[in-house]
Amino acid sequence: MKLTKEEVNKVAHLARLELSEEETERMTGDMNNILDYINKLSELNTDNVEPTCHAVPVTNVFREDVQRNDFTIEEALANAPSSEEGSFKVPKVIE
Amino acid sequence: MNYEVVIGLEVHCQLLTNSKIFCSCSAAFGGEANTDTCPVCLGMPGTLPVLNKNVVNYAIRTALATNHRINESSRFARKNYFYPDLPKGYQISQYELPIAEHGHLDIELSSGEKKRIGITRIHMEEDAGKSVHDASPDGTLVNFNRTGVPLIEIVSEPDMRSAEEAVEYLKKLRNIVIYLGVCDGNMEEGSFRCDANISIRPVGQKELGTKAELKNMNSFRFVQKAIEYEILRQENVLKGGGEIIQETRLWDANKGVTASMRGKEEAHDYRYFPDPDLLPLVVDEKWIEDERGKLPELPDAKRERFMREHNLPDYDAGVLTADKAYADYFESVVKLYKTPKTVSNWIMGELTRRLNEDEKSIENCLIKAEDLAALLGLIDKGTISGNIAKKVFQDMYASGKKASVIVKEKGLEQVSDTGAIEAIVDKTLEANPDQVEQFKAGKEKVLGFFVGQVMKESKGKANPGMVNQLIRDKLKS
Repeated sequence: MKLTKEEVNKVAHLARLELSEEETERMTGDMNNILDYINKLSELNTDNVEPTCHAVPVTNVFREDVQRNDFTIEEALANAPSSEEGSFKVPKVIE
Repeated sequence: MNYEVVIGLEVHCQLLTNSKIFCSCSAAFGGEANTDTCPVCLGMPGTLPVLNKNVVNYAIRTALATNHRINESSRFARKNYFYPDLPKGYQISQYELPIAEHGHLDIELSSGEKKRIGITRIHMEEDAGKSVHDASPDGTLVNFNRTGVPLIEIVSEPDMRSAEEAVEYLKKLRNIVIYLGVCDGNMEEGSFRCDANISIRPVGQKELGTKAELKNMNSFRFVQKAIEYEILRQENVLKGGGEIIQETRLWDANKGVTASMRGKEEAHDYRYFPDPDLLPLVVDEKWIEDERGKLPELPDAKRERFMREHNLPDYDAGVLTADKAYADYFESVVKLYKTPKTVSNWIMGELTRRLNEDEKSIENCLIKAEDLAALLGLIDKGTISGNIAKKVFQDMYASGKKASVIVKEKGLEQVSDTGAIEAIVDKTLEANPDQVEQFKAGKEKVLGFFVGQVMKESKGKANPGMVNQLIRDKLKS
């Protein structure tokens, strides 16, 4: 299976990346190499192996339902490139 | 050609936990913008989510109350999309392995027909923040207080065939989550929200038609109207030779129409994958049984008990248990005043009428359960008549004063003292010699005239039975 340039552009768009023609070319090559490498795993027989999404055999890690917060609004907004009236400000979403 | 509508509903319930689903911030989120936030719910790099155990408890309870099978193992997944009110660029949700599957609810239609609606699944997820588009002239302001508030999403099968069925299903589901105490069920404020997937197909056709997804319906009435509108719209499109486009449409309550949500039409590609930050969740039998033990009496069981224990007709039991607050109120009154049918009549009659007129909930009613019981007791004791009681009730409703206080202040005690009533009767007979003659001549009907006059003279307070008897005695003597 080979990844096409169109597919790379679609993935880029989903990640809100704008690639130049030359970058698209390079990424397509890189991504295909990565996929080829990953595909080596397909050589293994995994018929009797449960799909694994975590490497550690730990389950059920919880917090008790206790409310606590010492984070201030100033701290919350400290890294915001733009803010107004205690809110994060972003370019207008709806015209 | 005749069409059949197919409806599936997705319901989001905000859970009434103290803290958010993955951090310790308050889940109440009503305060000043961005005060209920922390590095975790703001999606700061390097932070890790930790699951609130109570969210799982509430999800299990809801699943049990809606006849689901609870998955022994479930998992959290990332749903990836960009929107300013989603700080991480993904929403933590559940995808392949939700907490519960294969549930159902039985609904009852106005025709009396009963129908089972399948529920595909329940999953847990986090809510997004809130974007305010009109507060600033040159930008959108984002408030993250709601980000990370726990939600359960309840996804039905496409089993409903009319707007009525959809509304009945929603009412039943809302009632259950309120009974469970896991959600406040407030549709207007969005703590209980519903999206509807609607398609139509020619009667007899097996394959589903193309669906539209309806959003922004924040009351049962709007759900009903939006679905009815959408059915007609789709029929008109197909009858005109057009095609239904798969899209999201927003209900516009002012115009009474659904309109395409342009700009979001681009096909979604959420690229779900297991969230590596959250470990698998394992719910064993013991945990399930613990939660089952915490389930309160649910609406259907309560309805049956009201019929059995309080001898109420099915209709009364259905109306009273359709809202937990009403059912609780009824039972509090019945504890103090032991004639349940009378209590039911007053609640379903006078009380509901006034509350509906004022669009007020029974929790905010000034007449407390013990006050209603006391009022009914006054009628039984003969202190006031049933008619006067209705007037006292209106007063209590408006002022919150106790019945005994109002009766005393306004001097409304029923007069059952023979001497006092006799005096009024004598006066009335004296003042109307013509009518007395008519009665003596055999015109029994004038008796009613005299009773009316005496009651009027006593301002409605004379005991009507005694008045009747006394007039009869006097006229015949």
